[in-house]
Amino acid sequence: MKLIYYPGCTLKNSARNFDVSTVSSMAELDVEVEELDRWNCCGTVHALGAENVMNRVAPVTNLIRVKETAAKTEGMASEFMTSCAMCYNTLKRANIDVKKNPDKLSTINNFLNLETTKYEGDVEVRHLLEYLRDRVGFDKLAEKVKKPLTGLRVACYYGCLLVRPKEVAFDDVENPMIMENLIAALGATPVNFPLKTECCGAYHAVGKPEIIADRTDKIMGSASEQDVDLVVVSCPMCAYNLDFRQDDAKRLNPDFKHMPVLYFTQLMALALECGDDALRFDLHHIDPKPALAARDLA
Amino acid sequence: MNDTTLRFLPGKNNTFTAKVEKISGQKLLACYQCGKCSAGCPMAAYMDILPNQIVRMAQLGMEKQLLASRTIWTCVSCLTCNSRCPKNIKIAEVIESLRETALRNGQRDDRLNIWEISPEVRADLPPIAMIAAMRKLTS
Ligand code: SF4
Ligand code: SF4
Repeated sequence: MKLIYYPGCTLKNSARNFDVSTVSSMAELDVEVEELDRWNCCGTVHALGAENVMNRVAPVTNLIRVKETAAKTEGMASEFMTSCAMCYNTLKRANIDVKKNPDKLSTINNFLNLETTKYEGDVEVRHLLEYLRDRVGFDKLAEKVKKPLTGLRVACYYGCLLVRPKEVAFDDVENPMIMENLIAALGATPVNFPLKTECCGAYHAVGKPEIIADRTDKIMGSASEQDVDLVVVSCPMCAYNLDFRQDDAKRLNPDFKHMPVLYFTQLMALALECGDDALRFDLHHIDPKPALAARDLA
Repeated sequence: MNDTTLRFLPGKNNTFTAKVEKISGQKLLACYQCGKCSAGCPMAAYMDILPNQIVRMAQLGMEKQLLASRTIWTCVSCLTCNSRCPKNIKIAEVIESLRETALRNGQRDDRLNIWEISPEVRADLPPIAMIAAMRKLTS
């Protein structure tokens, strides 16, 4: 299988662990991933104004690139995959918006008059989790596992962007289970926890870190009440907030327990034995190794 | 707000209400004040006016109070309120329209100055955090 991959800015910067673990585990699953040629920033947030056109331009430019790449590569569908929840949400919402509003789309196409390809609503946006479930299959993934993550207790944190709004959600909005099912396929034990779709505070990381520390205390605290070894996420914003604000959370609440935060792709890379270079644990604030070693997995 | 009596005054306050409805694409009068939006809001603890109160005040055209509220800068568009409102009102869109109005009214009252953040913190932050914050909090 061949697949176009959109990494996004953060996976090429602070979240390289997410990028390398995505690419190397896909290779183990016989999916040939090709990074999208000349991709640009998605804009990170979907502007909510009903008549907004300006903030749809960056996503549409990417959709044009996907269309061009798919057209010149044999066996390549007019779709692409991203593992970043934030990019997924922004690109998918822009795609839905321009498909629903032909006037908006024609304004954007006219604005992008130097492009040789016009966007006609003919590209599909997929998240990696969705792709793994629907195309690869969790049963096939389970067959490929070389080192089952036996005994590892994992809380899956979705945050906002994979489940809201309804139009972009590929699972239940209030109680998604797709990540738990993936974790189970890797041989680990998924553990449900109440705050798995509660917001981490997102971009308040920039100006109001005290809010993030409080959110981290609440969310990680809710996970650690379930006696888990670690939390997995699919968003580099959540990963940063929940990992890097743990010392501040500890200052707020002396009972706070430090716990590693990993991308679900890192657990895949671990179970598929992609090697240490595919994990990049050096980029974490809370080192995942001791928690994994306690289960004989490091 | 304690000493204020809220009354609908048709024709007097509705320019602002109409503007909010247009930018947000929402029908404000559909709200029947059940409070579900505020009950589930993860940012409510850091707000001065709760999301349901924002909708109520927008119905009433209370421009000055709304644009001066801390809430419009605290809401992070997590969309929990949107997905739970029994009347299908997109509260996050209403709040975004207020934020946009405050940022575009000529004063350019930005709520974030990147240069006030130390270079070490800036280097640490993921690009999505910086870009999202600038998109939401600056003109
Ligand atoms: S949930 Fe909807 S109807 Fe209820 S108070 Fe909020 S906006 Fe109004
Ligand atoms: S979108 Fe804003 S108002 Fe609505 S629940 Fe989230 S933070 Fe609260």
